[in-house]
Amino acid sequence: MQAITRSIDSFYRFLDSDVYYSFRSSKITMVAAAFTVLSFLAAIFSPWIAPQNPFDPAALDLLDAFTPPVWEGGGNAKYLLGTDDQGRDMLSALLYGARISLVVGFGATIFALVLGVGLGLVAGYVGGMIDGFIMRVADIQISFPTILIALLINGIARGILPKEAHDEMALYVLIFAIGISSWVQFARTVRGSTMVEKNKEYVQAARVIGRRRGTIMIKHVLPNVMGPVLVIGTINLAIAILSESALSFLGVGSPPTEPSLGTLINVGFDFLFSGEWWIVIFPGIVLATLVLAVNLLGDWLRDALNPKLR
Amino acid sequence: MEADQPLLQVNNLRIEFPTRRGTLVAVDDISFHIDPGEILGVVGESGAGKSLTGASIIGLLEPPGRIAAGEIYLEGKRIDNLPYEKMRRIRGQEIGAIFQDPLTSLNPLYRVGYQLVETIRTHTDLSESQARKRAIDLLKEVGIPGAEERIDHFPHQFSGGMRQRVVIALALCAEPRLIIADEPTTALDVSIQAQIITLLKRLCREHRTAVMLVTHDMGVIAEAAQRVAVMYAGRIAEIGPVQDVVKRAKHPYTHGLMGSIPHVGHAAEKLTQIDGSMPRLTEIPQGCAFNPRCTRVFDRCRAERPDLQPVDGSEVACWLFEEEEKKVGYGD
Amino acid sequence: MLALIIRRVIQSVVVMLTVALIAFTLFRFVGDPIAQMVGQDTSLQDRERLRQELGLNDPIMVQFGNFVVNTVQGNFGISFRIGRPVNELIMERMPATLELSLIAALFALLVGIPMGVYTGLYPEKWLSKLFLTVSLMGISLPTFLIGILLILLFGVILGWLPTFGRGAVDQFGWWSSGLFNADGIRAILMPAFTLGMFQLTLIMRLVRSEMLEVLRTDYIKFARARGLSNRAVHFGHALKNTLVPVITITGLQLGSIIAFAIITETVFQWPGMGLLFIQAVDFVDIPIMATYLILIAAFFVIINLIVDLLYFAVDPRLRVERAVGGH
Repeated sequence: MQAITRSIDSFYRFLDSDVYYSFRSSKITMVAAAFTVLSFLAAIFSPWIAPQNPFDPAALDLLDAFTPPVWEGGGNAKYLLGTDDQGRDMLSALLYGARISLVVGFGATIFALVLGVGLGLVAGYVGGMIDGFIMRVADIQISFPTILIALLINGIARGILPKEAHDEMALYVLIFAIGISSWVQFARTVRGSTMVEKNKEYVQAARVIGRRRGTIMIKHVLPNVMGPVLVIGTINLAIAILSESALSFLGVGSPPTEPSLGTLINVGFDFLFSGEWWIVIFPGIVLATLVLAVNLLGDWLRDALNPKLR
Repeated sequence: MEADQPLLQVNNLRIEFPTRRGTLVAVDDISFHIDPGEILGVVGESGAGKSLTGASIIGLLEPPGRIAAGEIYLEGKRIDNLPYEKMRRIRGQEIGAIFQDPLTSLNPLYRVGYQLVETIRTHTDLSESQARKRAIDLLKEVGIPGAEERIDHFPHQFSGGMRQRVVIALALCAEPRLIIADEPTTALDVSIQAQIITLLKRLCREHRTAVMLVTHDMGVIAEAAQRVAVMYAGRIAEIGPVQDVVKRAKHPYTHGLMGSIPHVGHAAEKLTQIDGSMPRLTEIPQGCAFNPRCTRVFDRCRAERPDLQPVDGSEVACWLFEEEEKKVGYGD
Repeated sequence: MLALIIRRVIQSVVVMLTVALIAFTLFRFVGDPIAQMVGQDTSLQDRERLRQELGLNDPIMVQFGNFVVNTVQGNFGISFRIGRPVNELIMERMPATLELSLIAALFALLVGIPMGVYTGLYPEKWLSKLFLTVSLMGISLPTFLIGILLILLFGVILGWLPTFGRGAVDQFGWWSSGLFNADGIRAILMPAFTLGMFQLTLIMRLVRSEMLEVLRTDYIKFARARGLSNRAVHFGHALKNTLVPVITITGLQLGSIIAFAIITETVFQWPGMGLLFIQAVDFVDIPIMATYLILIAAFFVIINLIVDLLYFAVDPRLRVERAVGGH
């Protein structure tokens, strides 16, 4: 009961807050949020709403390959946005592809967030040698572009894993590769805030009354550094989706049997010159709109949580 | 020019901040003047509106803050409605400014000489070398030893007190008639505060420059100012000659402020403090803004807002004195 | 200052050694180098002889030492896939990548900084809002998609520009340049724009937010209070102060342009190191991967050093060890 009243309370507090106000007053943010939520839903429910299962080779009809979208001459009402070289329905491929892009994007961001926040907290709170070591590693890593690190890890994984396992493990490898290449920013931000929070009186007080270090870090310090983490997380989600699509475009990401948006673009690129533009353009539009929406949310969140930058 | 025309005249100034929860009135209908060569102290807690008043005089009120009503006259010319470019020429030329923090007032990437010369050349026709000579003279005048050498140093090579001297030199570049000094000593060590105040007083006397000295430090005011205005929650509570206000404070708020300064040689005297804190701009009570904290509050204070009225050499916004006037018949 | 430079050089050496270690680990432990080099029908004896010859039976530390020595001498081994010395392959490809990166970087800087300054100074003007909207699209459009759209428009539909390759090149010693003839210049336009676009938006947004930050500082307020003209305040005082963070990030960005060239080179089949690398990743051609990694690290280290030196040029606070005067 008490928990319910408390959550109702905090809900009303949220409605009254500056964050919600700035959300309501920015139409573009609301549109972006709506689009993001819509894409998530479409991705989650794609097996139920997609006309076809594009990952099932049995469902594909090679005779229908290269069908243009309905409104073009030679279109087929069965395939609203046309088909690709395998006779795969583009609309279904888009829904499933967005799902893979989002799964990898989210997976990588959460991985990076947990790793980065954890290391940042420890580095900032414990300090000393451990701090020095973590931050040195971060310094070295940040001087390399994300995409290169992800490519390298991907390459190593290909070298280590047996060939048969490549496709099966591809998504996990992607999540790991992209995640590990983007923890640094979380760690740096959290470390900075932790060092500030650590010396505040409430943390000192918690220490004086004998709370354990881990408890203090998680219960007292962590909630106070979550604002910037949320902002970085949102922006990072956009970057992770982009990185995944770039790797897939380069042919080292998700396999052609389970294409993400980037893989679809990679496949479609080959047919650009022969006039089958829809195979590359539709995934391109979906990808760009999705990333734009997430970026808009990230931008807004940063401004809303950091009023001095407005 | 008329002999008794004030240098600066502020009439019914009102500064507002539009916010999503309605308009905040940060400065509410204040009027005062500054005579040529005079130092007017403006005291009050932070948020009382004193710095905003200063910023609006030099035309650097930061948006969304804006002057909603009232006029500001400099030597009889109205200046609050001038276009940006015209006002820019007045800034530095006729009204100088000194800000609170000398550490951040100077651009760290330029030598102080560059910053001085650039200011001098903006306001005068001097050549580069003449301006440099004048810059050295100014540094000497504000008491920087080895000015010929120090002019080529960067701000970070100066100590806090020395930097504030450089800032004062910058404010004096074009011999302005008025200087707005916003908390010029707050960021400095106590021992250096006194030096800076002495310097300001001396320069003022020698150049006949008037100063609006904004501070929350009653001690600084007592030391430097001829007249003092006490601000509370966007209004002037009491204004008058410094001896009257300091020694014979009338407004209960001023009284409280005076009670909080220790006096040398009165070790046994008990320091008093005012209970509570100044209301936020969103929560200014009806009637006199000070009424919730006032020890001598009565019904009228909660209903009607008092205006400034002359009492015994100063002007005070407090119902106590109107009541007393009626009862005892003093005043006039 | 000299002490600081020495410290930075030592740090750089540590970074390079770390990268070399990673590259070596790749080399030695990912896959079996022998299996990669020889065919199925090579006998066990031959394999063992090759192993001995390549020093793969030496202690690990000796192997690493040899690897570092070889690397320093520019001896990066032989590509598994192509069967030619890696340094030859890289040297052939390097001019293409460097020219592309340089043009892209110039484009990003020369357009990005003025746009950032403008949007920082006049955030309310419609042109600023337009720039910001475009920049948001710039960071949301993946590089390869920009390239594809350009190819579709200028290559396929309009047929104005070549869609792949470097065009004609002139040979200057070992350096091949496409910048001295019209064909080469036409070929570089789309790739350079594609590669520079993302950096341009980043630089613009960075300069803008730094500009906004600086315009709020006390010294800018004080500069206004001194009656300086807008031009002096904006370009004399504000711009110079935004330069310090802009130099850092831009420096790092220039480094990542070289790495991001991988994607652009793939889209435009640009014969640079990136294309070589991505093909190597596909075939797990470890010598090329390791060499590319070391080379990129070297570029980064050098750029970082230059950035540090530029700091000294811009910020006097770093030049002087400590404040001179007393009261």
